[in-house]
Amino acid sequence: MSEHTHDHDHHDADIPHVSLKEYATGFVLAVILTVIPFWLVMGDVLESSTTTVMVILGFALVQIVVHMVFFLHMNFHSEGGWNMLALIFTLILVFITLAGSLWVMHNLNVNMMPGMMD
Amino acid sequence: MFENLDLTKLIFGRLTWDAIPFHDPIILGTFAVVALGGIALLAALTRYKLWGYLWNEWFTTIDHKKIGIMYIILGLVMLLRGFADAIMMRLHQAMAFGDSTGYLPPHHYDQIFTAHGVIMIFFVAMPLVTGIMNYLIPLQIGTRDVAFPFLNNFSFWMTTGGAALMMVSLFIGEFAKTGWLAYPPLSGILQSPGVGVDYYIWALQIAGVGTLLSGVNLLVTIVKMRAPGMSLMKMPVFTWTSLCTNILIVAAFPVLTAVLGMLTMDRYLDTAFFTNDLGGNAMMYVNLIWIWGHPEVYILILPVFGIFSEIVATYSRKPLFGYTSMVYATVVITVLSYLVWLHHFFTMGSGASVNSFFGITTMIISIPTGAKIFNWLFTMFRGRIKFDVPMLWTLGFMVTFVIGGMTGVLLAVPPVDFVLHNSLFLIAHFHNVIIGGVLFGLFAGITYWFPKATGYKLDEFWGKLSFWFWLIGFYFAFMPLYVLGLMGVTRRVSHFEDQSLQIWFQIAAFGAVLIAVGIAAFAIQLIVSFRRREALVDETGDPWDGRTLEWSTSSPPPPYNFAFTPRVHDLDAWWQMKQHGFQRPESGFIPIHMPKGTWAGIVLSGISVVIGFALIWHMWLVAGVSFVALIGTAIYHTFNYDRDYYIPAEEVERIEAERTRVLANV
Repeated sequence: MSEHTHDHDHHDADIPHVSLKEYATGFVLAVILTVIPFWLVMGDVLESSTTTVMVILGFALVQIVVHMVFFLHMNFHSEGGWNMLALIFTLILVFITLAGSLWVMHNLNVNMMPGMMD
Repeated sequence: MFENLDLTKLIFGRLTWDAIPFHDPIILGTFAVVALGGIALLAALTRYKLWGYLWNEWFTTIDHKKIGIMYIILGLVMLLRGFADAIMMRLHQAMAFGDSTGYLPPHHYDQIFTAHGVIMIFFVAMPLVTGIMNYLIPLQIGTRDVAFPFLNNFSFWMTTGGAALMMVSLFIGEFAKTGWLAYPPLSGILQSPGVGVDYYIWALQIAGVGTLLSGVNLLVTIVKMRAPGMSLMKMPVFTWTSLCTNILIVAAFPVLTAVLGMLTMDRYLDTAFFTNDLGGNAMMYVNLIWIWGHPEVYILILPVFGIFSEIVATYSRKPLFGYTSMVYATVVITVLSYLVWLHHFFTMGSGASVNSFFGITTMIISIPTGAKIFNWLFTMFRGRIKFDVPMLWTLGFMVTFVIGGMTGVLLAVPPVDFVLHNSLFLIAHFHNVIIGGVLFGLFAGITYWFPKATGYKLDEFWGKLSFWFWLIGFYFAFMPLYVLGLMGVTRRVSHFEDQSLQIWFQIAAFGAVLIAVGIAAFAIQLIVSFRRREALVDETGDPWDGRTLEWSTSSPPPPYNFAFTPRVHDLDAWWQMKQHGFQRPESGFIPIHMPKGTWAGIVLSGISVVIGFALIWHMWLVAGVSFVALIGTAIYHTFNYDRDYYIPAEEVERIEAERTRVLANV
């Protein structure tokens, strides 16, 4: 990236070449991953609703990965690795925010609202 | 359903004549002064036919240098407002003892301390930091503009729009009476039914758009647009700290947007995120807003660490000691800043495990910060130090910031915090690091880069006077607060019974007056320097014998910054170029492709302010119409294909030849 001088016509070089096949694969996967959760809920397939929520969350995570790979064309070396670095940083921060908030609020409830914890 | 339709209410919502504070002589007096001053300014602009110049050269510009300067002007103007609030509080607290109630009624006092905090953080520190980053980053990395020039103009105007909405609250309605973070349930609709919290929310949301977009813009600029040869570890330290700051902005500000969005829904749509009933939890607000709030602290201080690093190296005439450790310390602070937020609410009721975890992470963060202090000290060690004004600010910072840092480590100990939480000790601590750190750094940076931006240096005498009054005034104003805090005096109190405390408040008020003299000296410095600009002129473009690429350009730099993109071989690129007898290219110029100014930023921001104002006053019709107008204007702007132009090669050659002539005469 740092080698070419910044005349604006060179930008195309950075855009990855993608095929219709890639988009089609992504679309089909996305549809499948959407239909199954709907079916799980509407058909009352699983007995416990907690299990259903967990399974749907799992599908949601896979869905995110499908979008990133097939629609955003992210991989380990796109944009000279910056995409990967940004993704890892984001994941760490999201983890800190979510896990931290849950831990802090749970701890508060244990200490301040013992009645709620039964 | 239309028989009850009230046209006035449909258009004006809850805005009535009662909203104008006629009954309050202080506000009315301020309004009269502001109105007269405003009319005089507008008349002067018209009289000297400056509207066209302002509109074409400044308001619609997408030159990162001019936008940077406008950010700094915004920050300095808002500093006057924020300081006016500060000195009003100081005078009031010095008076309000025993039988005397002071001169501010409690509801007014509460608005003032809220406004002071909001203005100083969002509309002084943030614009000044963003302005300096905007001005310098493209120059330091050897490029012609930021990655998204129009977005830059739009960001600036959104920030200004938020500031404008905030100022409107002074004269129409009221501002929040909740403290600068507007904790619920106090900021909920039941406790704060008025418009104050709504002004707070919409001013911050509009300004937040600007901050977030400018963060994205500068981040992409640094990652993608560095001059050839400038690998990450050859970037100037200021660019490095700016990179980390913008990462923090992009990662943290959405949290603020979301948490304010939930508070908005609680207030407007009867949801129950942070209410006391229906399963809401106000503590979740405190938790979330500090997940944004603590990184925000580092968003302010990191670029300033960069400024000090540049200044120390330049005025000690040595390369920065421990560049690599400086970079790693910055990166470590960036990540750690996300792991300490709970230290703002140790007393909320978490158990020992949570409190000790966050206490320890907080203490750990002082290690990389301490490493930075030692790096600056070792840079100065055996250097040929020149005690110019920026270096004075830097030394003042190093002493003051270390004191503030140490009181911070004290507060990081949870049992100590249980004694000192929300006391004036805390107030003294964070003013100690924000004034002694951020503000001193911004003044150092403004003085240091002033000749680059304007072509003339700032007057030394008034600069030194400003520095000494600020420094001494700071100690007078805040050291008494440490004492009061240790005695258990809490923040945000508008009346005291214990007469023995009064002397400390009077000393603090005296300190505030000294700071006022410091601010006045700074203003006089700007005027005196402008009048003496012939004598203070900087023709070399490199008045301090600088080390980084911005000093290789003329002062002020040409619109295109660099006629040819520089090639970087080393850290301290410009220093290395000077050592190797760099020759400026004097021929072979080619036309330069440049972005064109646009009206869209200021217009979109203006419409956003109208939307914000309409939402605050429940003028649903106006809000709806202007929202459609906002989207329509944004779409219309996308059809504007007239976005760029070329500076012809002859023009570039003319500008560069003029520079060659000036340099030959130096």
